[in-house]
Order: sequence, then C-alpha cells, then structure tokens
Amino acid sequence: MTPFNFFEVLSMKRSLMLVLMLAVAASTAFAVSAQAVAPGVDSTSTGASTVPTQASDATLTATAPAAIAPAAASAAPTPNKGDSAWMMLCTIIVIFMTLPGLGLFYGGLVRSKNMLSVLIQCFVVFALVVVLWTLYGYSLAFTTGNAFFGGTDRLLMKGLDAAANAATFSRGVVIPELVFFAFQAAFAAITCALIVGAFAERIKFSAVLIFTVIWFTFAYTPMAHMVWFFPGPDAYLDAASAAAANASAGFLFARGALDFAGGTVVHINAASAGLVGAYLVGQRLGYGREAIKPHNLTLTMAGASMLWVGWFGFNAGSALEANAVAGLAFVNTLIAPAAAVLAWLVGEWIGKGKPSMLGAASGAVAGLVAITPAAGFVGLGGALLIGCAGGFACFWGVNGLKRLLRADDALDVFGVHGIGGMVGALLTAVFAAPSLGGTGIWDYLANDVSPVYSIWSQLQIQATGIGLTLVWSGTVALIAFKLADSMVGLRVTQEQEREGLDISSHGEAAYDH
Amino acid sequence: MKLITAIVRTFKLDDVREALAEAGVNGLTVTEVKGYGRQKGHTELYRGAEYVVDFLPKIKLEAVVADATVDAAVEAILVSARTDKVGDGKIFVSEIVSAIRIRTGEIDDDAV
Repeated sequence: MTPFNFFEVLSMKRSLMLVLMLAVAASTAFAVSAQAVAPGVDSTSTGASTVPTQASDATLTATAPAAIAPAAASAAPTPNKGDSAWMMLCTIIVIFMTLPGLGLFYGGLVRSKNMLSVLIQCFVVFALVVVLWTLYGYSLAFTTGNAFFGGTDRLLMKGLDAAANAATFSRGVVIPELVFFAFQAAFAAITCALIVGAFAERIKFSAVLIFTVIWFTFAYTPMAHMVWFFPGPDAYLDAASAAAANASAGFLFARGALDFAGGTVVHINAASAGLVGAYLVGQRLGYGREAIKPHNLTLTMAGASMLWVGWFGFNAGSALEANAVAGLAFVNTLIAPAAAVLAWLVGEWIGKGKPSMLGAASGAVAGLVAITPAAGFVGLGGALLIGCAGGFACFWGVNGLKRLLRADDALDVFGVHGIGGMVGALLTAVFAAPSLGGTGIWDYLANDVSPVYSIWSQLQIQATGIGLTLVWSGTVALIAFKLADSMVGLRVTQEQEREGLDISSHGEAAYDH
Repeated sequence: MKLITAIVRTFKLDDVREALAEAGVNGLTVTEVKGYGRQKGHTELYRGAEYVVDFLPKIKLEAVVADATVDAAVEAILVSARTDKVGDGKIFVSEIVSAIRIRTGEIDDDAV
C-alpha cells in the first residue's frame, strides 16, 4: 500500500488541511536552510525587496539619480503618495484579471455543464493562494535567502506592517511593503489560476487544491525568487556591496535574465505545469470524437477584454513606480496585443477561411503574454513586432503544436501562455537592445544604462531562464499531481464527467435550462 | 380532420403564419427543432478544433384543420416557406381521429 493510504480514511477536509500544514512546514524548512546567505539589507528597505529586473528610469527621464543616492543613504526614504496610489490601483486591476476576467475567459470556453467548476476553481485558487502568500509565500519569494528560495524574514506575517517599505528600481525610492506584498499576491494567484484551463472539465476539485498548494510552494515562490528578487538598487554602493547584492539576488536575476512582468515566472511557469497536468489527468471523454464546443464566447470576449485592461496594471505596475518606465510598459501593453489580434486573425483567415471572435480574443491574450517579459525594456517598434510574433506563434501553438503534443490541454494554456511566453522571453533579448530601440540593461552600480549590450549573450541568458522554468515547473507539477493522485485521485468518474462537474462536484447549475 | 406538420426554415415562420391565417387556419403550435436532411450542415472552428454541425435548427409547426381546409393550408405553406434552395423543409399530412376544445367541450371540426 502507498504511504498515503491513510488519507483515504480521512475526510477530504482533513486531508486538505494536512496538506496545507505540510506545505507550511516544508517551506519553513526550506526557508531556514536558505537563511545562510543573509547580506546587509539596511533597515530602510526592511529586507523585502523588489521585483522585475533592471528598469531603466534614467534612459527615459531627466532625473539625476546620483543626487538622490547620498540622500537615500543618510535619511530613510519615504514612499511617494503617487507611487503608492498607482501601485494600489494596479493591484486592484491585476486582481480583476483573475476575478472575474480569467474566470469568464475560461468559463465561456467550456461546456455549460462545467461553467461553475471553472469559475469556482479560479475563485478558490485565488483565495487559497492569497492565504498561502500571506502565511509564507511572500517570505519565500521576496526575502533574502539563497539563489533559489527566499528566507523567513516575513514568515507568518512577521514584520509585515504599515511601517515597512519595499525597494523599487530607483535609488532612494520605496513603496509601502504592504502594497508590494498585495501586488505580488495578485501575481501569484493568477499564475496558479491560469493552470486550471489545462485540465478543465474532468479534474476533481480536491485534486486542484492539493496540486495548487504544492505547486505554489515549490514552483511559484522559487521562480519568483530566482527571477525577481534582489536587495534593491540602494544595496549597490560600491564594487564590494554590489557583489554582495548580486550574490543575494535570485539565480536568474543575478545572471541578468530580463523578465519585466512575468514571462517566465507567470506564463511559462503556469504553462509547463498545465501541460504536465493535461497529460496526467488525461483527455476528456469523447475528446477528438464528440463536439466539445465553447458554450458562451460572449463571456470569453468579455473576459479577454478584462484581462487586457487588467494587464495594464500587471505590466505597467511592474515598474513599481508611477514613472516613465511604467508609461513605456503601459503603451507596449496597448500596442503589442493589438498587433497580435491582427496577426492571429490573418493566420486564421488565411489558414482556416474565417476570422473568428475567439481568434481575436485569443490573439489579444497571446500578445499580452508575449509582451509581458519585454514591457518595460523594448521600444514601440519592438512591441509591435513582439505582438505580431506572439500572435502568429500562438495561433500555431493551438493548432499545429497542439496536434503534435496530443495532450488535451483543454483551454490551450501551453499553446498560448507557454508559446507566447517563450517567444516574448526570447524576443525581449532582441528588442531590449538599445540599437533596436530598447532600453538596454541597467547597471545598478553605475546607476546608469550599461554601455554594453549583446543580443546573443542575452538570448542565451533568456533561453536559460526558459529552460529552467520549463523543467523546474514541470518537475514540481509532476510530483504535485502524483501526490494529489495518490491522496484523492485526479479525475472524477465517467458518470460524473458526463453529468458535468457543476452538478456532480458542486451541486449547482450555472444555467436554468 | 387532418394534422399538418411542417418543417420550415426558422426565418420563414412569420410568412408561413400569415399565409396560414389567410387560408383560414385559426391555430398553430410551433416548436424549435433540430434535424438533418439533404441540406448540408456547417463547420465550426474553435482554435484548433473543428466540428461539423449536422443538425440544423428548424421550426416545426403543427396545425389541425378541417378536411375542407387542408389543400389551401398546404398550398399556403408551400408558397410562403419556399426559397427554392435545399433545406426548405417538408410538409406531412396525417389523419386525426378526434379533437376537443377544452373550454367548451366542442368536438372535431367545431373544435379546430
């Protein structure tokens, strides 16, 4: 018998609570072991720090950061009201992306008998991740630890109060840490919610929850830490402190990987887990033989539009300040998806004969995914080209590639988020080049744009990030699904699947007909 | 008495109803149905998935009429529902044994 057999005799609720507790305990152990390398984070930035990589404020504005730096060193910086307000607004609209945006986008794509199952998965995964994020996720992702996991500085909400500030990408500029915490919580939640599209319409609800706890803990938080954690620009004062700062930064951040708002952390991460899930949970009954049609593309269009609106908070908010970098990311979030909509429709019109609303909505999401890692690093021309490439590539992702993979990735999580994420991550290396209108790489020590930019070496770094994300996330997902399978089983019975998850799993119906 | 059952195109319902009223048919029951005949279905595409939809939406209308009215009623449907393209539908005529109006208890021709 398997060691997990005893779960069968426990009630579902108890087993889920046990998983949650195990996850907390395990992550604490990780965090403790990660404590060894705790560099000097001064009290002004209170340990927890920033996100996306090098944002290049000075290339776009005429501020004189050198003048700010000494002041920052002497007096503790206080958050700017504009930055704080902007980041709270961004947080709200990123939350709006999941609830209801993603829910409706996904919900419209399933059959009416499974509508509520998709909505509840998005809703409860959101709630679950926010709670886990508060208890330990934030600490594991955004405090100093080792190159892969953060530490315990913020475990169980320790020190998370209104007095704490988090660093941004500019010297001497901070935002309230609670705002940063909430902004990042919304990212963690939507990433986990994205995955449910891959195994929609046949998975057990309890399996989704168990999977989410494990995958969030061992895939999301380390990826966020690897890509986004660094001690903040104020830690880069001289060669020695810069070396120490880089040594405490996340694995991929320290290697210079560019991921402005989450091409790897959010999209490739979720897509890899989704693909593994689609294989392990298996194809839906009747897949490839029966018509499994979207039940309401009107809702899908509305959901995609909400995603687009929320994505302004997602991308522009990832600048962490209301500044020119945010403005650049904002405009790129406007134009790249627009180009992607057109690209997808051209592909569809030529390849399939008719342009479709679902194609337009899918194209917008593809473009949004593709521009995510590049948003604050590339110029407008680069954004248009990334959007085009994302649109065409994801159109192939849900057609040719999907047939090659033979997995029933029900709502094309890998085809859109995986392919779009990879195209975006690679093209970020190309169009971030100053010679192609990009911002280049920010040198935190010099507090200026690095004079050197090599597209080829940046491509290699980006490819490393993609590969690491695919493997790490896929491996964790494999283990998480196997554990969930041994505890509660992954799939509902055939009768339940035929009846629809709304009635069989949740005892309610979306529509009265 | 005869039962006239006709399968017609959905957008022809109003024309047929008017024509039947002029032909002296006082009542009609309508059902939205799906079916297939010689008319081909259509293809629906959802991203990579392609489905052929064989069953097309049609309107089924049923009217019970007195024997004297049958020919006029059938002619009215023939003229009003026709587009001369495959998929215009069919008309079936069958015997009705008896008919009773519930409110008054009138029977047969008086009831229809």
